[in-house]
Amino acid sequence: MSLWSRIRNVLRGDRLSREIDEELQSHIAEAIEHGRDPTEARRSFGPMLAQREESRDIRLIAWLDSLRADAIFGGRQIMKRKVTSAAAILSLALAIGACTSAFRLIDALLLRPLPIAEPGRLYILSGRFIGADDKPTSSEQFAYPIFRRMRALVKDQAELIAIANASRIDLTYGSDQEMEKAYQQLVSGWMFSSFGLRPALGRLLTESDDLTPGQHPYAVLSYDYWTRRFGQDPKVIGRTFRTGNDIYEIVGVAQKPFAGTEPGIVTDIFAPTMMVKYNGIVRSDYNWFRTFVMLKPGVAAAPVREKLSAPFQAFLEERVRGLAGIPKPLLDRYLGQQLSLDPASAGASGMQKLYGVPLAALGVLVALVLLIACANVANLMTAQAAAREREMALRVSIGAGRGRLVQLLLVECAWLAFLAAAIGAWFAWWSAPFVVGRLGTLDNPARLMLPADWRVVGFGLAVALGVTILFGLAPALRAPGVRPASALKGGDRPHARPRLMRALIAVQVAFCFVVLFVAGLFVTTFDRLSAQRTGFSTERLVTLETLAAQPQPAALWEQVAEHLRTVPGVEAVATSEWPLMTGESWSGFISTHGAAPSAVPSYFLSVSPGWLPVMKIALVDGRDFRANDTLPGTAIVNQAFARQYFGLENPVSRSFDWVTNDSKRVRYQIVGLVADTRYRDVREAMEPIAYFPFKANYSRGTFMVRTSAANPLALSSVLRQEVPRARPGFRVSTIRTQTALVEQHTLRERLLATLALFFAAVALLLAGIGLYGVLDYSVLQRRREIGIRVAIGAQAGDIARRVTADVFGMVLAGGLAGLGLGLASVRYIAALLYQVKATNVTMLALPSIAILATAFLAAVPAVIRAVRIDPVNTLRSE
Amino acid sequence: MPKPDSLQGSLDLLVLKILSRRPRLHGYAIMSAIKDWSGEVLRAEEGSLYPALHRMEEAGWIRAEWVTKESGRRARIYDLTAAGRKQLDAEESRWEAVTAAVNRVLRTV
Repeated sequence: MSLWSRIRNVLRGDRLSREIDEELQSHIAEAIEHGRDPTEARRSFGPMLAQREESRDIRLIAWLDSLRADAIFGGRQIMKRKVTSAAAILSLALAIGACTSAFRLIDALLLRPLPIAEPGRLYILSGRFIGADDKPTSSEQFAYPIFRRMRALVKDQAELIAIANASRIDLTYGSDQEMEKAYQQLVSGWMFSSFGLRPALGRLLTESDDLTPGQHPYAVLSYDYWTRRFGQDPKVIGRTFRTGNDIYEIVGVAQKPFAGTEPGIVTDIFAPTMMVKYNGIVRSDYNWFRTFVMLKPGVAAAPVREKLSAPFQAFLEERVRGLAGIPKPLLDRYLGQQLSLDPASAGASGMQKLYGVPLAALGVLVALVLLIACANVANLMTAQAAAREREMALRVSIGAGRGRLVQLLLVECAWLAFLAAAIGAWFAWWSAPFVVGRLGTLDNPARLMLPADWRVVGFGLAVALGVTILFGLAPALRAPGVRPASALKGGDRPHARPRLMRALIAVQVAFCFVVLFVAGLFVTTFDRLSAQRTGFSTERLVTLETLAAQPQPAALWEQVAEHLRTVPGVEAVATSEWPLMTGESWSGFISTHGAAPSAVPSYFLSVSPGWLPVMKIALVDGRDFRANDTLPGTAIVNQAFARQYFGLENPVSRSFDWVTNDSKRVRYQIVGLVADTRYRDVREAMEPIAYFPFKANYSRGTFMVRTSAANPLALSSVLRQEVPRARPGFRVSTIRTQTALVEQHTLRERLLATLALFFAAVALLLAGIGLYGVLDYSVLQRRREIGIRVAIGAQAGDIARRVTADVFGMVLAGGLAGLGLGLASVRYIAALLYQVKATNVTMLALPSIAILATAFLAAVPAVIRAVRIDPVNTLRSE
Repeated sequence: MPKPDSLQGSLDLLVLKILSRRPRLHGYAIMSAIKDWSGEVLRAEEGSLYPALHRMEEAGWIRAEWVTKESGRRARIYDLTAAGRKQLDAEESRWEAVTAAVNRVLRTV
């Protein structure tokens, strides 16, 4: 109560002073009334002010009161210099906001523990091996039979949980015409109890929902999906939906905010693993889920891993025995896998792997920008401290303590930092979702949980505080060192301050160089990647990924294609099993002349006659497929295929064997040779591809439609309607342009290049402003000296050189330091670069030129000012 | 003969005691009471009385309120609180213990 009243008194300090004064005055009046001599009565109190101060200090918290006074004074100082303060606050705000935003993203994607009971005990299994490119890599995907074996083995120490990758499925709550998309995750029934999750509604899945393949069509919704799709309607329990040929019943809603284990994707529907397709429960060659391990309390991870290693190795060897068709070096690599058990408290997702390093790199870039902004503000504060030297000297001479002066200046800095943090918070609130929106593709949006909770707020406050200390402490500590006698006389150390400022310039330039350099690498990477030839034309090409209720013969698919050709605005239509560049692939080993299979696999794709011309893939020799070509039997290969397996021979009318994994040989005769294309990704080389006739029964296929309109998506709603009209039972699942399919592979690079370029521009601008400020200030400080030099006949060039020489020395030193830093940091981002070497002269020259040009630009006003100094005026004013 | 520092830490005790007998006094009245009741031996200086009053007020032993006197002047008058009464008892017994001890010493030596 007393503390509270003292805090409250701080807030009404003026009134408190008035009350004390009034009480003392009333006392004096009373004394006079009782016959005391007025002068004597007044004198008895001693100095009135001291009396008031003493009483004030008793009735409030003195340090809080002085802080309040400093805050008001600091606020006034900031308001007095509106333009410089605004510039400082805005540059800091941008940098703090960007840092907070980067932290929000990194935290949400990589650090934030899953909302489950004891995420610290959650681990994930993976197999580590040496990949095809001789680099270490790992696979987190497992097959169900080995999962079962491993789960039984460590039952007492840990619970193994199978969680499939979230997949985007088509489902309907009504008719086929109302198909919609949702993220579904197949999970072990016991996942919910292991994670300590409770239902928000209905019930969750249990172990008894996960016993017999195909027999448990029950679904649990995530709270997010329940809210988004059903508006939290409690009647959702018992509703059914159909996906493919399965009808699921909704049995419950999981508690908030659990939405799967894949940061980047918000899972909508959980279903038991037993509902997996393609016989996934019994097949050993189908790896389709991640294996999470929930350790029992007090159990260490290492022994569990040891225990699981033996059955894992045994399983691998078993598998290899059935794989006679695969070349031995590949099998050895497969067998050399090491089982690894790693903490997974933040879950596991592809997006973590894809964006973990880029986000960290961006985080470092924005942190550097923040430091550059800090250096600017520190220089600003130093310059202002110099301008306020007399004020400080006055304060010292009337008895201000050292601590009190440091506090005064730090409070002013804190004002800047916290105003900047407030604006930065707004910027982070806006920009983090903006970036997330650019991580996914249009039809496959990324969603990250981005709550602004204590972690984010705490980070923002810590940054603001750190920033205050960074740019405020040096000038603040310096201020009380002022010697009143000399400062009030006019100062005797004109060169003392610029030393700190010049050092900061070097630091700024070094950081700026790093930011520019890394941004240059990212931009070049994106540039090189987008300039990659794909080998086919994406112009006006739209892909209709289509599903059929049952596998349908090729003739019926051709009927639909024929119907689409009659739609106005359609130029040509062909069919393939899937479009190129979706990331999907099918490959196998090739043998020629009956020899052992080659170690290099070839991609396969089934395509209809006319597919090559629609894709504008040039026919080099031979012919396109015809309606009477058979599968298996005929094939068209690309030039990479010919080079790989036939050397210099012309492969047309020769034959090859596709050696299946169980070492069956299927013979194909080559009827055509076509130009190279990329199959999966622009980063890959032009790999061998064999095209097969689209002749089997397919439940899915893609119509490649070349339209006459420039925007191929203009026809999409018409095409979507025309497909089922041509043939009931056929339904378009996804419509994308071929261009989008190609560009999705460079989304990450585009994002990195854009953001890095933006921050590089900001860094350059800030460094330029910093340089300008320091030069301008040093001219101001040295105007007496310059005036004398001009008076005794110095040339303009000489003055300009003198004013800029030491600062340019700093720029050079900073640039060199930046170069070293940049080259040292490159190995952390090597995985993000494509066809660009850090040691490339252009990559190093560009940032250097940009910085030098900025430095020259920043120096011009100061030099002009120096040269124009009128010695008569300057010397007279001193 | 009043001495400036003749109170020696007993100012709190005196103020509390006075307020317990005569509630609702302002600062000047308290000062006069100390002088009068001590037979003009003790005297509280203005410079130490007001800080002491404010300290005790913050400690919650006394509470203050503003009143307007007939003369039209506002005065700040003080009153004992329950905590102040307890404090008075404690201070009084402490004082008695100390003076008894001092007397014992004086008699012995």
